[in-house]
Amino acid sequence: MTDLTDLTIAKAREGLRAKSFSAEELTRAHLDAIEASNAVLNAYVLPTPERAVDMAKASDAKLGKGEGGALEGIPLGIKDLFCTRDVRTTACSHILDGFTPTYESTVTANLWAEGAVMLGKLNNDEFAMGSSNETSYYGNVVNPWRREGSDAPLVPGGSSGGSSAAVAARLCLGATATDTGGSIRQPAAFTGTVGLKPTYGRCSRWGIVAFASSLDQAGPITRTVRDAAIMLRAMASHDPKDTTSADLPVPDFEAAVGRGVKGLTIGIPNEYRVEGMAPEIEALWQQGIAWLKAAGAEIKEVSLPHTKYALPSYYIVAPAEASSNLARYDGVRYGLREKGADVTSMYENTREAGFGAEVKRRILIGTYVLSAGYYDAYYLKAQKVRTLIKRDFDQAFETVDAILTPTTPGPAFAIGEKSGDPLEMYLNDIFTVTVNMAGLPGMSVPAGLSSEGTPLGLQLIGRAFDEETLFRAGQVIEDAAGPGPKPADWWSKS
Amino acid sequence: MSVDRATVRRIARLARIAITDDEAARLEAELSGILDWVAQLDELDTSNVAPMTRVEAMTMKKRKDEVTDGFCADDIVKNAPAVDDHYFVVPKIVE
Repeated sequence: MTDLTDLTIAKAREGLRAKSFSAEELTRAHLDAIEASNAVLNAYVLPTPERAVDMAKASDAKLGKGEGGALEGIPLGIKDLFCTRDVRTTACSHILDGFTPTYESTVTANLWAEGAVMLGKLNNDEFAMGSSNETSYYGNVVNPWRREGSDAPLVPGGSSGGSSAAVAARLCLGATATDTGGSIRQPAAFTGTVGLKPTYGRCSRWGIVAFASSLDQAGPITRTVRDAAIMLRAMASHDPKDTTSADLPVPDFEAAVGRGVKGLTIGIPNEYRVEGMAPEIEALWQQGIAWLKAAGAEIKEVSLPHTKYALPSYYIVAPAEASSNLARYDGVRYGLREKGADVTSMYENTREAGFGAEVKRRILIGTYVLSAGYYDAYYLKAQKVRTLIKRDFDQAFETVDAILTPTTPGPAFAIGEKSGDPLEMYLNDIFTVTVNMAGLPGMSVPAGLSSEGTPLGLQLIGRAFDEETLFRAGQVIEDAAGPGPKPADWWSKS
Repeated sequence: MSVDRATVRRIARLARIAITDDEAARLEAELSGILDWVAQLDELDTSNVAPMTRVEAMTMKKRKDEVTDGFCADDIVKNAPAVDDHYFVVPKIVE
């Protein structure tokens, strides 16, 4: 029998329906894999084996009667940013110590309604602020990939580093993730997985711990483009509880997979050729262009002249919104409380002890740019720059159907390599952050290996609410790149 | 340096985060570095540009003015660090 943890969601769905194996067997295979690896990889901050087995048994009962949803019996990992009823949810921050929601996020509720099984909560950068998973209160996640001939631990990307590592290491069939500036796509690129950030408004933000509300969006990390389509269809919905959730029908994304790119025009933005970009990234990009061309797409140069302003404007908008959102953590209603002489010092001591260095840095930047006299110079200015970035994309999409870029300026780096300099870390999101600023959908697809033997990804950017074109073009890249990259298992204890 | 030590202390106070002297020194350099870097936005003339408020033109949804949730005080206080009946307990505010 094939290794159950190595299946795609699509294959597992077939096997479950054909009764080649049970949902319980499938879930237990993953629970064993988590048990054998978590001490090393640290992908899960809270495995939930009992709940997983109960959910799998319920799925088996439904499948036995020929019933069940689109994800019936499929074991998934859930980023710790999603509130899960009666299961600890901390956003990997000390300040949410022991927080156990009495409600369920809309996205996870949608997944359970379709029959998915929860394996546990996945590690992430604290409050999703980071690009390497090194800011988590629960410690960093180790990338299952290593450089050729080296044992040095690499970062899995961030902030959804637990999600990307767990999917790559076969510790779940797919995972939920969130993306504010690249937190789905960059970790996907670093681990050889597929990561999709949907259009802002496609998935409800209700019940997801908020970071920057005008940028945050949930999406899947999976091992194939088809699996991403299957998961997104289940995650997406119109939700009256989130006023920014789009009142649009959710298409059958899977139907777009395999439709090819004949008749599509793919844009190549010159502004993404940044100074100091590794030659192998340029080569990967050219390879992607050649693949899409060979599959029948037309290739066209486009200009996105405000690209270089996306990251600096992001570092005004995101911290500003974060400082407002994180004001709620005051030691009164949930989580950590530190003693103080009066109520103000109780707040100050709680927030001092509860937030990590990166979170504090962003709260303080946000407080500064929103403080009296600075609002126009910073936040308003940044929102105007967003209009210019969005306008660039609108103009490009008058002549092209999707845009192809590298996902990251380089492959996964070593743990500790970039954590000393916040600005250097921020530059990791240079190709992904534009998409959040404009609210567009973006997908990272594995496209090859670096000279170090670690994965690299290409990013496809689409028109608002046109994820289907991304699935069409993404599948062409996946087919051309060959079977999905798989890291050799060095982490399981025997 | 675009922010000095006193400014760091002032915004930390506004953000209700206690900081040590060492942290204030580190933050002075880090925040200045980030703010100097975002200053490149000044190159752009945005005097005739409207700020972006939403991704797609959509009218703000309005819901009916009716009670849709509530009567769950147990749930609301469940995670609080200090509770008395259905009240959150905080250090004394009024003498």
